[in-house]
Amino acid sequence: MALDQSFVGRTYPATAPYEVGREKIREFAEAIGDANPAYTDPAAARALGYPDVIAPPTFVFAVTFKAAGEVIQDPQLGLDYSRVVHGDQRFAYTRPVRAGDRLTVTSTIEKIKSMAGSDFLTIRGEVHDERGEHVVTAHTMLVARAAEEA
Amino acid sequence: MTARISYDDVEVGTELPAAEFPVTRDTLVRYAGASGDFNPIHWNEKFAKEVGLPDVIAHGMFTMAEAVRVVTDWTGDPGAVVEYGVRFTKPVVVPNDEKGAVIEVTGKVAAKLDDEARTVRVDLVATSDGQKVLGMSRAVVRLA
Repeated sequence: MALDQSFVGRTYPATAPYEVGREKIREFAEAIGDANPAYTDPAAARALGYPDVIAPPTFVFAVTFKAAGEVIQDPQLGLDYSRVVHGDQRFAYTRPVRAGDRLTVTSTIEKIKSMAGSDFLTIRGEVHDERGEHVVTAHTMLVARAAEEA
Repeated sequence: MTARISYDDVEVGTELPAAEFPVTRDTLVRYAGASGDFNPIHWNEKFAKEVGLPDVIAHGMFTMAEAVRVVTDWTGDPGAVVEYGVRFTKPVVVPNDEKGAVIEVTGKVAAKLDDEARTVRVDLVATSDGQKVLGMSRAVVRLA
């Protein structure tokens, strides 16, 4: 069933702050096998001009995707999550995420497209720090594949 | 923000050092824990096959994280990445053996975008088992 176009532009309330920890960044960097010292060594991060260790570029997805759950599970929108795959992903950064950040995410339905029974839903997650300054915007496109013919 | 590559030293067509990233089931379990994505298609073979996949597949976001390492290893400063986007075209299938799978990534400078901001667009190609696994994989990077 095609998603309702009138949901485009709908914005969901900002999330409670997610506090970025040094050890969580370290865990993520180790999981992707990336030994860049900017992720684990505050002195190395400072040498690059950052106040504390920074996170790998895709780290913030865990935060924005959790926020997108509001949209995905919105019963009024009626997305069938069992048929959903991740179509594409884009980030636009004002600055890298860093340890100590308290990040809030505001999710907005950016686009809905229906094609051959599949729904394409793009959610924009705008991420701000505790001072209200923009850090990064994530654009997440999900595809709900057409239900198989019974 | 201090990328170690200078804008003046690159031109359209400049190739970045290519890299290969191995992926085993162990890698995926670690990534699941670190990212909080516990979808069983990334660790449970039985479940993956029941939903029509050939085997366990890597998290798309894992592949995205590896591909941009070609850029961040090149610039040295991961914070020099100002934009990054990919399309997930094919899954990286990860068999349950010692070898697992390999993600091969190449990149080259596709455009010099802004002489003042010193930004370039890098186009990345990521393949696994001879198949392109990402499409439209592009990063905008601010160089020194």
